[in-house]
Amino acid sequence: MKLSEIVETLDATLLIGEDKLDQEITKCGASDLMSDVLAAICEGCILLTGLTTVQVIRTASVAGVGAVAFVRGKKPPPEVVEMAGIQGLPLISSPYSMFVSCGRLHACNLTGLNGQR
Amino acid sequence: MSKFKKSFHIKGRDFIRAGEASINVQNLLKSMDFDSRLIRRVAICGYESEMNVVMHGGDGSLSLEVDTDKMILEISDDGPGIEDIELAMKAGYSTANDDHREMGFGAGMGLPNMKKNSDQIHIQSNTDRGTVVRMIFFLLEGGKTD
Repeated sequence: MKLSEIVETLDATLLIGEDKLDQEITKCGASDLMSDVLAAICEGCILLTGLTTVQVIRTASVAGVGAVAFVRGKKPPPEVVEMAGIQGLPLISSPYSMFVSCGRLHACNLTGLNGQR
Repeated sequence: MSKFKKSFHIKGRDFIRAGEASINVQNLLKSMDFDSRLIRRVAICGYESEMNVVMHGGDGSLSLEVDTDKMILEISDDGPGIEDIELAMKAGYSTANDDHREMGFGAGMGLPNMKKNSDQIHIQSNTDRGTVVRMIFFLLEGGKTD
């Protein structure tokens, strides 16, 4: 599904990356543990997380993550959003919990990072 | 491809800048048109080891050497060293503190992940002189893919 559809599904706010809304995303990973993200194959996925630090942006960039969704209505500080903009990484913020966000995306046929449903 | 070597400084305990060296390496390799999977492996290894330096080490450096048949990523620090390297290589073993875990690190997966993503890993550590982690990535024909 397109990132724009993910924004709708999660009732999310786009924080940065308007030019990436047509990007196709088929996989989803959800973790607050950046080591898990680095250990998985998450190229082009959407990463759901409750962390809002600069390390989320660097981890996502290094791992090739396609977009980051902050759950529970969290919003990172402006310098983190700016860094994502420089890296070309779209960020969205959803009011839903991690569990509900995962459920909504699973219902839209997104798979886990290993392709499982 | 001609050889080159580039080094980046890593400042211990600076969690705001932690990872900058690896992002620089990633951007450098992208500009040189290397295979994206290889770039990802090198960047992950660099980032994991850079975080280890920032979390556990003192100051350090990350250097990337590109040769005709391989890349060498070397991370060194003047930190406290690793007491038991074999133990540190085990997934889940960690000496990180709660601050590290709050940033999403310190789960004891860094060194195993570096081993998984590199073709060779060599670790030299001494509790008096710090740690040197050297990782090798072999290049296939043309040096553009993994």
